[in-house]
Amino acid sequence: MKLDSRIPQGPLAKKWENYKNNQKLVNPSNKRNLDIIVVGTGLAGASAAASFGEMGFKVKSFTIQDSPRRAHSIAAQGGINAAKNYPNDGDSVHRLFYDTVKGGDYRAREANVYRLAQVSNDIIDQCVAQGVPFAREYGGLLDNRSFGGAQVSRTFYAKGQTGQQLLIGAYQSLMRQVNAGTVDLHTRTEIVEIVIVNGKARGVIARNLVTGEFTRHFAHAVVLATGGYGNTFFLSTNAMGSNGSALIKAFEKGAAFANPCFAQIHPTCIPVHGEFQSKLTLMSESLRNDGRIWVPKKKEDAEAIRANTLKPTDIKEEDRDYYLERRYPAFGNLVPRDVASRAAKERCDAGFGVGATGLAVYLDFKSSIERLGEETIRSRYGNLFQMYDKIVDDNPYETPMMIYPAIHYTMGGIWVDYELQTTVPGLFAAGEANFSDHGANRLGASALMQGLADGYFVLPYTIQNYLADDIRTPRMTGEEKEFVDAENAAKAKFEKILAVKGNRTVDNLHKELGLVMWDFVGMARNKEGLQHAIERIGEIKKEFWTNVKIPGTTSGMNVELEKASRLSDFITIGDLMARDALQREESCGGHFREEFQTEEGEALRQDEAFAYAACWMYQGENNAPVMEKEDLTFDVVKIAQRNYK
Amino acid sequence: MDNNLSLTLKIWRQNDAKAKGRFETYSLDKVSPDSSFLEMMDILNEQLVNEDKEPLAFDHDCREGICGMCSLYINGRPHGPDDDITTCQLHMRRFKDGETITIEPWRSAGFPVIKDLIVNRSGFDQIIAAGGYTSVSTGGVPDANAIPIPKPDADEAMDAASCIGCGACVAACKNGSAMLFVSAKVSHLALLPQGKVEAVRRAKSMVSKMDELGFGNCTNTGACEVECPKGISIANIARLNREYLCAKIQD
Repeated sequence: MKLDSRIPQGPLAKKWENYKNNQKLVNPSNKRNLDIIVVGTGLAGASAAASFGEMGFKVKSFTIQDSPRRAHSIAAQGGINAAKNYPNDGDSVHRLFYDTVKGGDYRAREANVYRLAQVSNDIIDQCVAQGVPFAREYGGLLDNRSFGGAQVSRTFYAKGQTGQQLLIGAYQSLMRQVNAGTVDLHTRTEIVEIVIVNGKARGVIARNLVTGEFTRHFAHAVVLATGGYGNTFFLSTNAMGSNGSALIKAFEKGAAFANPCFAQIHPTCIPVHGEFQSKLTLMSESLRNDGRIWVPKKKEDAEAIRANTLKPTDIKEEDRDYYLERRYPAFGNLVPRDVASRAAKERCDAGFGVGATGLAVYLDFKSSIERLGEETIRSRYGNLFQMYDKIVDDNPYETPMMIYPAIHYTMGGIWVDYELQTTVPGLFAAGEANFSDHGANRLGASALMQGLADGYFVLPYTIQNYLADDIRTPRMTGEEKEFVDAENAAKAKFEKILAVKGNRTVDNLHKELGLVMWDFVGMARNKEGLQHAIERIGEIKKEFWTNVKIPGTTSGMNVELEKASRLSDFITIGDLMARDALQREESCGGHFREEFQTEEGEALRQDEAFAYAACWMYQGENNAPVMEKEDLTFDVVKIAQRNYK
Repeated sequence: MDNNLSLTLKIWRQNDAKAKGRFETYSLDKVSPDSSFLEMMDILNEQLVNEDKEPLAFDHDCREGICGMCSLYINGRPHGPDDDITTCQLHMRRFKDGETITIEPWRSAGFPVIKDLIVNRSGFDQIIAAGGYTSVSTGGVPDANAIPIPKPDADEAMDAASCIGCGACVAACKNGSAMLFVSAKVSHLALLPQGKVEAVRRAKSMVSKMDELGFGNCTNTGACEVECPKGISIANIARLNREYLCAKIQD
């Protein structure tokens, strides 16, 4: 298959304008006769569904939660980037674009990222009009703060709850359309199959999570906005229900899965504390604006802390190693996430880690509290400090926080062209579900930007260009053979899982998968480990299909069955991640191959050989997937070794 | 570890919306005080599946206190015995070894039980759909800094907007009123110039939807404010009453 990115002609800064000037449109009377399914109601899904509804399309929106407002976008804390340059510190569309491409370690498509930077300002305007209560200065204008990987302050925020406020804005717009009758909302409903008719995506099979009932839904186009697949690792900062199943349904129907190995490990999470642990909690990157990261300089101090005979506050200033400030004086504590995560691992592996497990470093607010006062710190991060205190039972105003990296976000996802269309015509992917804008590493406060860019300002244009050719396609009834077959296939999978009747619970198997992923496909990877991981994942797959234990039946609510179905897809994703990490013989962004590093331990890219997006194609249940390449060319950005020193 | 907890759990079980519910008693050993309340529930479910029993259904998702999905009524309090938290942020160190813990779903006319500990909160979505937004569509809006907003107003709007829609306020209220939820949204938007335009109409349509859905009346007991995990103030209810009165006078 040829992967055509369909990048518009013209100079980079003019491409999006050229596209919009030349795209096809659908007139209002035809829009009423065109149906769009949007799966997921996070920032990308809710904003897309609301916008489509406002435009006059008939929309069906699906969410697995009880309300669209629960989607995991809500948990994003720190902020959203835009190139407004309100602080007058030299920001511009070009600089946001450049920082994003560089931050992604030169593995993203220039044209997509430039468009993202261009529409970033529209997002802020839109959200303010919706009543999003962004932080403001005393003069009444919007406040900004800085985030990793940037030397300007371009991040807009709403306390530590930016994702929540942006999602509520999108959710309210969505509910306005539900009220207007343009959006038909299905809550507690999961997509279990995508229906393809004559090579085009024409609908989905859904399963009602309360009744267990399967239903068929037709649409002229289907948008997947179901987020990332970080929960492959079992322990991640993702919500418990976040899953990659819709992506795997698309993959199995012919959509390419791009760069699955690009997963982001976030440096500031609350460390793992026990076997019973169900998830990891993120402490926002914004904390690195005012918190300083350190470990003890002396090994004996680190050992004493681990043995609980010494407190961090007892360690003198000269005996602390502020290793990020030491190694990266230009960016200090605000280096990008991948760099900060690896630096923490390096110190802990070298024996300087703190906490009972030795797998933690300090994030210390002492000097900021001295400089700014406790009240200022409380107004900036109060809810985060409270969250930390409730979980760890320790007061971060007095004792430094303990943090350690954890899986947080996946840059990889379903391959899309410039129009956000997958390799299956009529099937689109938006937000974290696609692979498009972050390359090998995402900068902080860029996920919210991308989700809303895709939903409010990209898809509403590009989906029209597709649907304009579809105005003569009548609605299908759901009785067509393709719909019946798809429903039967989905039902058969659930029956097959139930029929195993083995001895191991879903969580038990998922934890085993998670450990393999963390140990061999985590922060540092190597050839031998990855080969081992592929083998182990194959064994876990076999174990799943012969020994998983699910109580109950397919009818009615059956949470274990839902989880099992998702786990079977996580196993497929784990395998893809390991294969992708194995073929990419270089280190870039979140993907660190131990064989490829500089003498100082920094990631070493191999641009001649690996400046491409790795796109994996499904070859059937029992065959290994095949990789195709989309070569990346850089016409504007000068490709270079990332340097944050 | 020596400080692990042994617990007796009295938990509400109900097969579906129409079935009659009952309490069942379970015992659980070796629960770490550092585990969260929901991790304790995970351990119980793992145990039930291994014993070929049906695991408990309960709502939960982000497990960091922001999505509003978790909703357990623990020992007579929504979100359990700690202040300013959701159920997922409650930790077992709050309980004593040998303690009996009673776990129920939200109980309110507006939130019918779906199964076990899960209730239907779609009434909240319907109330938002009735008017909890600014009527702007995508595109064609002014620059974000075109209208300065006094910082105290923006901060107050943010405080009201921090409602997570969990429904603890309704569960805590003896009348099953949704006034704290509705007033938080009305206040959030009315405090900002972008939302002020429709404030009166919004208050009216949200309140009438709330009444229509069977939520009770507010008698100012203040129980909602006490149990709200996000500290939403009942001052918002006073603001809602003002907006609502304006609407009625204009009629």
